[in-house]
Amino acid sequence: METSRPEDKSSSQPQMARRTFIRTAGVAAAAAVGIEGILAARRAPAFAQGTKLHIVRWNDFIPEADVWLKKEGMPAASKALGAEVTIETIGFNDLQPRITAAVQSGSGADIFMLYYNWPHLYANALVDVSDVAGEVAKAQGGFYGVFEPSMRVGGKWLGMPHSIVGNTIAYRKSWFKEVGFSEFPKTWEELRKAAAALKKKGKPYGQTLGHTFGDAPTWAYPLMWSFGGAETDKSGKKVAVNSKGTLDSVKYMTALWKEGCDEGGLAWDDSNNNRAFHAGEICASLNGASIYIVAKRQKDKLKDEKGEPLYLDIDHGLFPLAGGAGQFPLYFSNGHGIMKYSKNQKLAKDLLRWIHKKENFEKWFEVCEGYSVAPTTDWEKHAMWGKIDKPLQMFRTAARNTRIFGYAGPATAKSTEVYSKYIIVDMYANAASGKMKPEQAVKWAETELKKIYEA
Amino acid sequence: MARLLESERLLATLLLTPTVLLLGVFIAYPSVGNAGQFVGLKNFAKAWDDSIFQTAFANTFFYTFWATIFKLALGMWVALLLNRVFRGMRLVRAAMLLPFIIPTVLSTFAWRWMFDPSFSVLNWTLYKSGLIVTKLPFLSDGTWALWCAIVINTWRGMPFFAITLLAGLQTINPDLHEAAALDGANGWKRFWHVTWPLLKPVTIVVVVFSIIQTFADFQLIYVLTGGGPANSTHLLATYAYQLGVATGLLGEGAAVSLFMFPVLFAVVCVQLWYVRRMEGA
Repeated sequence: METSRPEDKSSSQPQMARRTFIRTAGVAAAAAVGIEGILAARRAPAFAQGTKLHIVRWNDFIPEADVWLKKEGMPAASKALGAEVTIETIGFNDLQPRITAAVQSGSGADIFMLYYNWPHLYANALVDVSDVAGEVAKAQGGFYGVFEPSMRVGGKWLGMPHSIVGNTIAYRKSWFKEVGFSEFPKTWEELRKAAAALKKKGKPYGQTLGHTFGDAPTWAYPLMWSFGGAETDKSGKKVAVNSKGTLDSVKYMTALWKEGCDEGGLAWDDSNNNRAFHAGEICASLNGASIYIVAKRQKDKLKDEKGEPLYLDIDHGLFPLAGGAGQFPLYFSNGHGIMKYSKNQKLAKDLLRWIHKKENFEKWFEVCEGYSVAPTTDWEKHAMWGKIDKPLQMFRTAARNTRIFGYAGPATAKSTEVYSKYIIVDMYANAASGKMKPEQAVKWAETELKKIYEA
Repeated sequence: MARLLESERLLATLLLTPTVLLLGVFIAYPSVGNAGQFVGLKNFAKAWDDSIFQTAFANTFFYTFWATIFKLALGMWVALLLNRVFRGMRLVRAAMLLPFIIPTVLSTFAWRWMFDPSFSVLNWTLYKSGLIVTKLPFLSDGTWALWCAIVINTWRGMPFFAITLLAGLQTINPDLHEAAALDGANGWKRFWHVTWPLLKPVTIVVVVFSIIQTFADFQLIYVLTGGGPANSTHLLATYAYQLGVATGLLGEGAAVSLFMFPVLFAVVCVQLWYVRRMEGA
């Protein structure tokens, strides 16, 4: 029996007969996957009506990604969940203080974006999202290896893996050709030669060793690993930084810095290299895809010496380079965490499910054009990789070998402390700036690490 | 009622109550809600043994000392200049306050651009005018960066000294200077034997306030260098923030910030002692 009144049929919202609703709800209950049922029913469950959900993320280096989330993604999620989803984007450096304040006060956003191994740091404040993580991993080819040590604590997923931002070296093709490199150097020694030759021409390599969250650690840690160095042994309890491998890497860095780098890099933040590259001040820099993407999107403004669009002269070189003990990058392993104080934990999980549904994630993934790689391996096969520019295609498999700090031990809160205090970065900075000899810099790092790991 | 309000004890209680209540809300209440784990003096010991803390501790004294000296010297000089009558006097006095009025974060950002290792307008000007052949490492060398911070702090804080000292100068009876001049005292002697003794109480107060502000400075260093390069410019406040808020080690961060307490307490004690002595005199 049709129970709805005639005027209901003119409503823009599709209406549902009670029997249909009960049947759909029954399917949903049987499916027992929350969001599936809600989506099948095409309307929010009663409990969620009028509920608010607050998610805080970083200001993406690809601004269009945030625009999509704000204008399309979250409004669509709000509709699907029957809840008002508010997304707030803030500077990366403000994220951790914001989480600390929220945890201490027991109030704030329901979901925070988490980086690296932050779930270890806020383990007591995060909800177990193993169910969501399990579903997504199973459906999409499994997570990349870096997420297990980053987001899983004590056997529970406390962060829902979301994406990886790959780093490679953006470089000026024509300038490297001028000094005899038709493609980007493949080994550390070749890089040193090329950078030295280019610095003599007033076009140094640009690299930050400052107190920045992104480019400095993603340069320093892989350099150490590549030369065979490590923070600790496998147990994570014994400091192993004072080794031949680490010392060799510090010696290499010291030489590269003097011979080939813009020495002002010690004071750079994460945006300096982008500006310097676009201004034609540096020949290359470790970066995500943003140097290329911004150059392409502003092709009328950013030109090379010949007046041609700058992006046409940019390509990417793989980092870290060969010639050491292996090539292991440190990429941002990003995720989302649901806070224990949240009154909408189930709804928050449903939002994470919604975000990771293939058709929803795909739209955001395509906007990023390779800057952000998906957390699961299936996305390597996505058609987007065939459509984007060649220089961006190397990000497709960039996430495969990435490590997380703490290596060779587990990525515990102690390794985050080392990272947050910039001890590994400062080990290189101390030597590169001439403040310490390489041996002293390594010894200094060992002393600092022992206070954290072995105290 | 009026008699009650005249009571020093009552007035002191009234003035202290809001502070005690605020401290109760922000310190005692969270302790009750989230007691944490009592570790005794462990966090203090850890900080004391930490080389970054030691650098921050030394930097804080260095930064405070030199910034206060420069602010006092320049502030005194500017105050003496502004104490004269000249055309546009009011405009100059108002304009001089600008560095003090502009929010610290904004002005420090402007300075950061000026000291930028790659795009520094200072480097560019010096280079183009032939005064230098290589870029100066304003913020990329620890020593340079700390001095840059001192320069900015001096620029920002000097107007506070100048205006306060100017107010002090204007309370000095001009007859005293005239009498000294008639006795044959030159400019320096008039300053040293007439102006300075009368200005000393104001100077002590302004110096004490400045020491408190400078010793606990956070914004300038946080925006300018973030404590880098290689921790060379950390102050106690910025390092406490890095530990407590950015790393989530609240206990350790609090321990580092508490190291400021005895120093600031001593400064306040000196000030109180001086004020009482002046009152006694």
